[in-house]
Amino acid sequence: MSENSLTIRKFSDLANPTRFLGLAARVLPWLIGLTAVLFAIGLYLSFTTEGDYQQGETVRIMYVHVPAAWLSMMCYTVMAVSALGTLVWRHPLADVSARAAAPIGACFTFLALVTGSLWGKPMWGTWWVWDARLTSVFVLFLMYLGLIALNRAMDDPGKAAKVSAILILVGFVNIPIIKFSVEWWNTLHQPASVLRLGGSAIDPEFLRPLLVMAVAFTLLFFTLHIAAMRNEIWRRRVTAMRRQAARAAGREV
Amino acid sequence: MMTHTAYVAASYGTAAVTVVVLILWVWTDGRARRRELQALEKAGIRRRSAQGGEAP
Repeated sequence: MSENSLTIRKFSDLANPTRFLGLAARVLPWLIGLTAVLFAIGLYLSFTTEGDYQQGETVRIMYVHVPAAWLSMMCYTVMAVSALGTLVWRHPLADVSARAAAPIGACFTFLALVTGSLWGKPMWGTWWVWDARLTSVFVLFLMYLGLIALNRAMDDPGKAAKVSAILILVGFVNIPIIKFSVEWWNTLHQPASVLRLGGSAIDPEFLRPLLVMAVAFTLLFFTLHIAAMRNEIWRRRVTAMRRQAARAAGREV
Repeated sequence: MMTHTAYVAASYGTAAVTVVVLILWVWTDGRARRRELQALEKAGIRRRSAQGGEAP
């Protein structure tokens, strides 16, 4: 068998919900273990490394705030790719993926907003300002809530999939706005300091816990996303089986 | 006036509560769906694709 046909076969394997469930059962225990270990290391580093000479202890808020903010955008990007999968390739799991990711993304965005606010009060002297970065992230949070509401409001999953996929893709315009808001406008929020041209501007003392926590949070996202996708597949099977049972009962009468 | 430590504690506290609630929601949702599937299978209802063997 050629290598090419093997790759295609593996890709098509993922499109099959039954095979996805098998894969999820195999992968989830490893992901859970790895996430727990990374969080243990990340939290240890977060509380044992030194405070900043200006920010003091509040620098530790960054080890939660920055990963949560990264994930809020990454989750939406995952949803946008899934929306393309629904509209372009009609991938059977694409809508399941987008639907399962929305509540997780909303939670991480909420976390980014709250921890940012808790850092802003002692450092900026205010809980909130309507600057471009903060406002665009708040809009992202509202979009997550809107998508969750839309998915729950529509009974027909096929129709809901198409409508929410279009809405996700339209809303994706907000992601580059969030990313570049600190460069395009004069914001109170600082510009990028980790991923930027010319290398990171952060001291390794702070960069180490930040990166470990970022990887831990990313793994937590994928663990929860795979588990939530599995739940969504089960939910659809239950609905299909109940409908089938109702039809069978109708024929018997 | 809150101390810096209080702001740090509030941030980590909110993060812990949010993450734990999220994990519990996914976990309980999964358990409830699995029980529903088992109950349906026990009642003799099988998916059409499962009746003819493995799903295509």
